[in-house]
Amino acid sequence: MAGIPRKLAWRVAEVAETSPDTPRTKSLFLEIPGWEGHRAGQHVDVRLTAEDGYQAERSYSIASAPEDGRVELLVERLEDGEVSPYLTDELRAGDGLELRGPIGGWFAWEAREGGPLLLVAGGSGIAPLMAMIRHSRAAGNGTPVRLLFSSRSYEDIIFRDELERLATGDETLEIIHTLTRSAPPGWEGYDRRIDEEMLGEVAFSPKERPLVFVCGPTLLVEAVATALVGLGHDPSRVKTERFGPTGG
Amino acid sequence: MDENRLDGNAAAGVLAEIFTFEITTALATCARCGAAGEVGSQMAYVSEIGTVVRCSACDNALIRVVRQEDGPQRYWLDLKGVEYLQLQERL
Repeated sequence: MAGIPRKLAWRVAEVAETSPDTPRTKSLFLEIPGWEGHRAGQHVDVRLTAEDGYQAERSYSIASAPEDGRVELLVERLEDGEVSPYLTDELRAGDGLELRGPIGGWFAWEAREGGPLLLVAGGSGIAPLMAMIRHSRAAGNGTPVRLLFSSRSYEDIIFRDELERLATGDETLEIIHTLTRSAPPGWEGYDRRIDEEMLGEVAFSPKERPLVFVCGPTLLVEAVATALVGLGHDPSRVKTERFGPTGG
Repeated sequence: MDENRLDGNAAAGVLAEIFTFEITTALATCARCGAAGEVGSQMAYVSEIGTVVRCSACDNALIRVVRQEDGPQRYWLDLKGVEYLQLQERL
């Protein structure tokens, strides 16, 4: 029957390229034989196996759009992580990487669903939202998209250049940054954690019934979701993806 | 704050090993409070021991799944917190 997916199976992707995004994050570009495509917002599970058979599994959001040829995963290096230091420091082009996916149809968006689209990201929580931004631009159907992006510092803004490039000359894409730890001299943007006042200034009005996707550390996600509902947004249109406090 | 509290989406991988239908967009009705919502909108608690999906309205355990890590694939699936699950084909 059409529409019923086959059972989720592990397979080996080939690393085509790795590229640093910021001092703490890296993009992995993967070629996945037989990849059936994904929807923006979905994730994959990555599995590493040690020589003694010990396995560690982590989920990574797909940052590339369905229209892109390769699958891009964004990995933030966590000092005590079991998985991320291997992915950021050891993995090379040509290596294999065991994964399965795409996974998760709930935190996903397709251009045909329309908008306006409000995206709120904290740090590497940008990954699935970047897939939505890239997808919306590739689809070119004029869905208004607004991204509120919280980063520690200017240097820590992931996909900074690409976001700026995409938003330049495009009235339907607005990017609003806030920097929570340090801001460069002359910074005119927000410089605090996201709060209800900021969301009130930045978000589409509840009357416009935006679709909202929030992704990042648990505390940020819960604060944003609570504030948005407080501002009158329909909870059923606010979708959240908590990274949890640790990750890996 | 519970250290392991995540979204229902975090349970998608292990549940996709069991269900062929997309589980995070399936509608689950809580057997305790009657609240209905997509599995992805519930809370998930993921640990080494297993995964528990809890009702976002009343915290009742909707789905509990434990996977045997060694030997043949074997799962323990407890659905007694769910009144019913509505699974549907994606168009």
